[in-house]
Amino acid sequence: MNERSTVTKETPATRNEVGLMPAVDVIEDSTGITLYADLPGVPKEGLNLHVEADLLTIEGDLGLAVPEGMEASHAEVNVPRYRRVFTLSKELDSQKVSAELNQGVLKLRIPKAEHAQPRRIEIKVS
Amino acid sequence: MYRSLFSRDLFAELDRLQREMQQALDISPSIRGFGRGGFPALNVGGTPQSVEIYAFAPGLEPASLNVNLDRGVLTISGERKADLPAPDEKAAVHINERFAGRFSRVVSLSDDLDPNAVSADYRDGVLHVSVKRRESAQPRRIAVQ
Repeated sequence: MNERSTVTKETPATRNEVGLMPAVDVIEDSTGITLYADLPGVPKEGLNLHVEADLLTIEGDLGLAVPEGMEASHAEVNVPRYRRVFTLSKELDSQKVSAELNQGVLKLRIPKAEHAQPRRIEIKVS
Repeated sequence: MYRSLFSRDLFAELDRLQREMQQALDISPSIRGFGRGGFPALNVGGTPQSVEIYAFAPGLEPASLNVNLDRGVLTISGERKADLPAPDEKAAVHINERFAGRFSRVVSLSDDLDPNAVSADYRDGVLHVSVKRRESAQPRRIAVQ
């Protein structure tokens, strides 16, 4: 994580400007939030996830192996990176985010903090 | 210049809006559907020796992808399963943008291609199809006697 934060510090502003917005699914259940993001072409090394205060940033650099001398004739993915930022809410435990990347799909699990999980309140009758 | 004025997200939104308008007004699309905006997104490029097609189709089983080349028309099709929970489960879906279901995209390629020299691989959610051009169509240096 330290390594990552230094990398982002070295390249400010310019990195923040352009990026394709990846499609996501966000599902919430009683124990937390699951986020799926489509990041086709992003290898594990190209993925950069960070949480700063309550902002979750997903960034991914495409790592396509393109043959030498190729000229693009049609491009729908025309920026070699993805970027999307989400605001987390207080009851989510940003320290315990887990992530897996499988064939271009990022799956993030953000659990709710212990104290924020729903509890059944016992009513005592005296 | 415009990049500095508008965020990329705004462009994506405008793109979507334009697509919806086009669909609503039905401005004579191509016979094989809209050139843009379908799933998977396609990038096509060429070198003197080959044509390279990249289909951005993340989260698929390579075996579930069908790639077909017939008389210069390349078809990429398959099915993508949804990751959303069943509706009766106790979960709320807040954002649902990712494509799910059957898909098919078609690209017309030039006719100087060799249908026997096609290779396809799937890596990091990108299907890469490479089709070699015919020997006879490749550029050659002609020796002057």
